[in-house]
Parts: sequence; C-alpha cells; structure tokens
Amino acid sequence: MTDMKTIIIDNQELEVDSAMTLLQACEVASIEVPRFCYHERLSIAGNCRMCLVEVVGGPPKPTASCAMQVRDLRPGPNGEPPMVKTKSEMVKKAREGVMEFLLINHPLDCPICDQGGECDLQDQAMAYGVDFSRFREAKRATEDLNLGPLVETHMTRCISCTRCVRFTTEVAGITQMGQTGRGEDAEITSYLGETLNSNLQGNIIDLCPVGALTSKPYSFTARPWELKKTETIDVMDAMGSAIRVDTKGREVMRILPINHDAVNEEWISDKTRFVWDGLRRQRLDRPYLRENGKLRESTWPEALQLAKSKLQGGKVFGLAGDLASVESIFALKQLIVELNGGFECRLDGAKLPNDFRGAYAGTAVIEDLDEAEHIMIIGSNPRDEAPVLNARIRKAWAGGANIELVGPASDLTYDYEHVGKNRAALTKLLKRPLNNKIKDKKSVIVVGIGAINEEDGYGVLSLISEIADSSDSKILIMHTAASRVGAMDIGFVHDGDWIEAVKNSDVVYNLGADEINIEAGPFVIYQGSHGDCGAHRADLILPSASYTEESGLFVNLEGRVQLAHRANFAPGDAKENWAILRALSNELDKKLPYDNLTELREALFGKFDHLRHIGLIADKSFGTVSKVKLNNNDFKNIINDFYLTNPIARASEVMAELSSGTRSKEINVAAE
Amino acid sequence: MLRRLHHDQPDSFSFTKENLTWAKNQIKKYPKGREASAIIPLLWRAQEQEGWLTRPAIEYVSQMLDMAFIRALEVASFYFMFQLQPVGGVAHVQVCGTTSCMICGSEELAEICKKYISPNQLELSENGKFSWEEVECLGACSNAPMVQIGKDYYEDLNPSKLLNILEEFENGRIPPPGPQNERFAAEPASGLTTLKEFKNEKLRNNASVDLAVTLKDTVTWLGVSKSKSKSKKQEN
Repeated sequence: MTDMKTIIIDNQELEVDSAMTLLQACEVASIEVPRFCYHERLSIAGNCRMCLVEVVGGPPKPTASCAMQVRDLRPGPNGEPPMVKTKSEMVKKAREGVMEFLLINHPLDCPICDQGGECDLQDQAMAYGVDFSRFREAKRATEDLNLGPLVETHMTRCISCTRCVRFTTEVAGITQMGQTGRGEDAEITSYLGETLNSNLQGNIIDLCPVGALTSKPYSFTARPWELKKTETIDVMDAMGSAIRVDTKGREVMRILPINHDAVNEEWISDKTRFVWDGLRRQRLDRPYLRENGKLRESTWPEALQLAKSKLQGGKVFGLAGDLASVESIFALKQLIVELNGGFECRLDGAKLPNDFRGAYAGTAVIEDLDEAEHIMIIGSNPRDEAPVLNARIRKAWAGGANIELVGPASDLTYDYEHVGKNRAALTKLLKRPLNNKIKDKKSVIVVGIGAINEEDGYGVLSLISEIADSSDSKILIMHTAASRVGAMDIGFVHDGDWIEAVKNSDVVYNLGADEINIEAGPFVIYQGSHGDCGAHRADLILPSASYTEESGLFVNLEGRVQLAHRANFAPGDAKENWAILRALSNELDKKLPYDNLTELREALFGKFDHLRHIGLIADKSFGTVSKVKLNNNDFKNIINDFYLTNPIARASEVMAELSSGTRSKEINVAAE
Repeated sequence: MLRRLHHDQPDSFSFTKENLTWAKNQIKKYPKGREASAIIPLLWRAQEQEGWLTRPAIEYVSQMLDMAFIRALEVASFYFMFQLQPVGGVAHVQVCGTTSCMICGSEELAEICKKYISPNQLELSENGKFSWEEVECLGACSNAPMVQIGKDYYEDLNPSKLLNILEEFENGRIPPPGPQNERFAAEPASGLTTLKEFKNEKLRNNASVDLAVTLKDTVTWLGVSKSKSKSKKQEN
C-alpha cells in the first residue's frame, strides 16, 4: 500500500505518494523543474544541481529536488503540510548560479554542434540562465574518446551528468564507461580507451543532455528543425518498438525511440537506430525480370503481364517475409485463395500451432517481465533476438529475479543459472520440486524460436506448456520477425510440409522473404524493397516500399496490434505492397474488393476483429499442443549475427561495420 | 590535477602471501554481495607493496572483489593518496602545504625537495630513490612544518633537518620519525605548562614513533634491496 502525503508546491496543495521525490511531485503538480542528471529510468545521481528548489522550514539552502523524498520533509510548526517553492527568489538565484557554473567549461560551439536545437543545456540556459559570464579564465581542454563506430564524443561539452555511465552499467549491463578523477578534472572515460560492447549503446546519444555524445552516422547531416518527424513502429525485431523516423525530403536521416512503457520503455537497439542508411542502398526501384539467366530492367505493365501469365493456371505458393505488414499479407492471402494456392509465414521453421492465439503470441505480455521473480529462458539469446527486451529481463534480475537458461550459454549481461543445453534439461525443469515454490511467485518462460524450429518443435512446445502449468508461469514467445504474429493472426499458414509444397509448386510468390533458400524449379516472383537473397533467386522482381515508406499494421511478439505510419516515399517506381497485389489481382481478373488502404483495413477488420484495436492486446489463451517424440539435440539460437538479420540491415554500411567489429572481437577472444 | 594511469606499467601484480591472507580477511568484514566495499583497503595494501598503484594491481584487486575494472579505476583516480605513477624507491616525501605548515615554513621545505629531489612534483629523482609532492593538511598542525614519508610523520622540521633526513635515507638508513626538535609529541615547544607531574614517566618515544622504531611498522619499498633493509635493522 502506498503512503500518501499532502504537500504544498507553489501554493498548490496536492496529495502524492510519499516515496516520490520532490521533482516527481512537482511533475504531478505540472510544475517544470529543470534537470540534467536526473532521468526517471536511471538511478539518482544528484550531481548536476539544476533541480534545486526551496523547502520552507528546511535547511536555509536550496535542496536538490531529485534526491529528496516527500516523506523526508518536515511539517510546518503547527502541523501544516510541508511547503516547497520552485519560483522563489532563492530558487531563481540558485538556478542562475548552477547554470553559470555549468557553462564555465562548456564551449560556445552551438553553431557547429549536432545537439543544437534539441539541447537541454541550450534550452535551460535560455529559460533559467543569465545572459553573461563572469568567467575570464581559459576553459578546460579534454581528449575525445573513441567509443566505436556509433557514438561520437566531444568531451569539452560534457557537463558530467553521468547519465551515460549509469545507462551503460544499469540498463545495458556493460562495464566500459566510468567517471575518473575528481573536481574540475573529473572525466567521463571508457576503461583504457575500450569501445562500447553493447547493442543498446545508441541510447546514450539520446540520454546525453548536451552535445558531448552525438550520433556518428548522423553527424553534421541535418538540423532538428528541418526534419519531418513521423511516429511509427520498428520492424527490426518482433518487439515493435515505438520509434520516430526523422526525414529530410525523401531521405530518412535518423531514427529515435519514443516512450512506450509497455513495449520499449524509451530504449531502442542499435540495429533499429542506425539501420537507416540501409534504406538508401541496394534498393529495388523498378521491376526486373530474368531473361537468359540475367535480370533486366523492366516496366510495371510488362512485369504484371508476366506475373499474370505465370500465375494463371500454375500451382501457386505464397511466402510472407519478416518485414511485411499485416495488410500486404492479407491481400496476398486473398489473392492466393482466389488462385487456389497455399501460403506460409513460419519460414524460420518455428513449430507454432495456429489453433489458439496463446500458442504463437504467448500468454505473457512484455510488462510481465518487470514483476517476474523467476524467468526461464529456453533456446533463446534475448540479447541478440530483442536487445530491449533483454534490458527488461536485466531489470527484473537487478530487482532480484532468478533467471534460468536452457540452451547455449552466452553473455546476457546478467547472471543466470545454466540448467542445460538440450531437451533433457527441459525434462529436468518439469520434474523438479522447485516448481511448486515458483507457483507462488510471478514467473515467465521466454521461449526462443531456436527451441521450437526443429522436427520435434511441437513436442518441445508441449513440454514447455507442461512446465508452465506445473509452475504457473506465463509464456513469452520470442519471435524474431516483426510480421510473424500478424501473419499467424490472419491464418497465413500451411497445413503440412510447406517446403515440399514450395518444391511442388509452379510459381512462388515471395513477399519479402529473404532468409530462406528456394530451390531451383518454381518460377519465383519476389516482391520486396531490397536486392538481397530473395531478389537473387527471383525470376520476376516487383519493387515495393520498405517499412518507413508505407502505412501498415504490425502485431508484436506479445500480440499487441500497432500501426506504422509512412515517413517518406519509396524510391523510383517502387509501390506500396498492398497496391502491387491489388494491381496484380486486377490484371488476373480476380480484383480484390478494395481500392485504398482504408477499405483494405475494413475488409481485414471485418474478418479479424481484434486487429481493429490498435495498441491493445487481444485475448490470448493457450490450448494443448500435440506431443511429439523429442530428439536429444542441443538447442541452437536462431540469430547468428545480430547486425545482419534482414535485407535492410544487410544493405547498411554501419551494420556491416558493427558486424565485422563484433566478429573480430570474437576472434580475439578465441585467440586468447 | 588530472590523474591518469602511468604510461609505463609492469606486466603483472599479485599480493604476497601475507598480504593475500590479510586481504582475504579484510573482505570477510563485509556482508556477502558487498565485497566491493573492501576496495580502498585492498588498493592501499597493493600500493604499500609496490610503492605505487600499477594498472595490473588495480585489475588484480578488482578481480578479487568481482568488480569492473573501471569501478576500481574510479576509486584509484579519485583519491590522491593513491599514487598512479612510480614514486621514489627509497622515499616518497609528502610535504604538507596547508595553512599552519605554510606559515611555519613549508615552502622552504618544498624548495629543498625541488633542489634535492626533482624540480617537479611526482617526478623521480635522478637516481630513482626519491620523489616528492605537496599535499593538503595531514593533521599535524601543532608540529608544523612537517612531511610524511611512507607511514611516518617527520615533524617540527626546518630545511637543514629535512636535508639531513633525506641524506640518511640516501645512505640506506631510516631516520627515527616524530618531532625533530626534541619534543616528545605535540606538547608546547617551550615545555609543559600543565600535568607536569607526569613528566618523569616520559617514555623514550611517543606511540606512533614507537611503532616505527620498536615494532618496525614502517614501509620498506622495493627500491631498498633486501640486504640493505637487513643491515638497517641491525643499525636500528
């Protein structure tokens, strides 16, 4: 139970949780308190002193509101509620003084600083500072750090708020960054010039309140006020992180996270943040068709004509790739149903039954991890498969949760008990008496696709559901493809062996699936955005928009329906995915009954009502999964290279550099 | 003062057997999961062993305490008592420069150090035996001016007395620490004014000097070879 306490802030009386800090109480009262070091998702440092307020009846000096709790305030002499002033003369003077000190060593290089225009220091100096400096001495000189290919440093601008140090140690779980020395010589450093070894490091760029840490790939390319900002959904992993895509003209200039407490808090992975240069390279900007073994440029009428001639009469099989939106998969499904073909979306081989939603969207939600006291990770490396989700598991671990892992051991940034590598370890989990104790606690089982993508996948899943029953745990399926849950929701699955079905078909309609190998034989129509594996195998290429270039629905790994918006336009002749399918259906005289995206969505919602509720998770229940005899293989994780999991990332130079960087680090470790 | 690790570092560090036992006992003082609290005593012992705090020593200690290297470096670089560069193999002279000592002539002591040891602080003398630095108040104000060498205070100094002390060290002897003007401890320089009746019970040395002289609880560094330190003990 929370203990409420009355407090008066600027003559405004309100009742707040006594565990709140004064700064949080001020926020409840809608009073702005300037701050640099305080961040609600990090520990409290209290070292920037910008959030000073006056506590009436307290010590005769300003108090750092971020580090003072409401319960620590004394009532007035006659028992009146404690009083806090944020607009008094003392506070104004204190803020001006702090700001003057902060600016003593801060260079006046705003015109050449990437943070200019979105800088906390700039804004707060305008609002709370004074217009002159009494400092006549030389400013501090520093050396810039090399933190790797993502984060650029300008340490002269650093105001030592230590947000970056706290983020890397607390959330990202790496130990390179720290603050050495003291006083004026205190410096933010990485240990002996080490580069950061985390796939969440980009977040320190957002956290830095000044321009000390800026984005290397984005450096000097745009100013914040000339960017068009579009709030949308990320597709690099299946979490569906909330992002903001900033565009200048047709180009995506950068990608930033937005706050979504239930999904990504306010972090995104480096792949999400820095993949945008991949949106410019290797793009398919016009139709291509294969002639005499070589691809040649073509036109839409010619391409559609060819597609029509192949699709008519032939046996068709549709494949849905990892980045496709629900609408495009839905349109493809309707078209293929008309053509009496088959379709499949579980291209990673995941043995996920489509009968009940809980089996493929899990029974847990991401937020359950926060409160979980016991987490079992099976056949997954969450650090690679969804780094932001891994940060959540780390948060649970830091809060005292017990973590167990079945599968290959790897560095997950937190301690875990390694139960075993193979199926036998799962049986051990089921039969132990500890499960009775776990029953009383909140617990989650994180199931990686690597656990259920072999022949015995259904058997493993059934065993996992037995473990879940015996320990009263919830299940979180760790999808790696953003499109998967949405595609399963609309039943884009094939009964039986889809690999055989692909072999036996005449035409394969490949909607952006690049992670599979289609054997020679069928005619392949590839509809996608990048010239990658899928386009290599294709006999006909229909260029389409990528995820920032069209509006679309995505259902994330917990089954949350989210709407992505269009931030820019597709290059050249590339068209939106649903529109290509609509045009093709017209060509085939099997016209899909919608002329625009709104009508398409209405048709979709008519069939699958739960998709209508954007931002929400529809009911998920788990049924029984058929038992299959288990083999005794070790579990394998599904992602080999975090930075190269999809065609956009493979087209990105930044991702390539990061990937080779991690590989050379691994080689060094192996050599040692 | 910007403090960084020294550019020239030894390859390895490990505690001597006695120090390791001592360190393990120190760690036991703290509850489980809070072993990192022993960082300062352990770093200090490592510094006593080597004379200064080397990078391998910082890493060795942080591994012992299951801490990230950077966390130990933060501690080592924060406290000025940790020497991050090599110090004199025989003696590192810390001249107190705060008010009382300054009034009583610490600047002249610093001049002696500049001439006898090296013109700059924290720099080895030519023979590598000495180094010096000016430090903040060491809390021996009634015996100003004073210097700290290793564990010992040399108090009530003047330039010629300091020079004598340095020469003694140079010649392989450890001069007795404490007040250098016949005072027992911090009593008035002109003689006792009260509690005179206890004067006859006067010991030869005050307690802290006794530690060094009788119990030999004084720092002998690597720079002093073993045969030399043996001969010193005989002389004492």
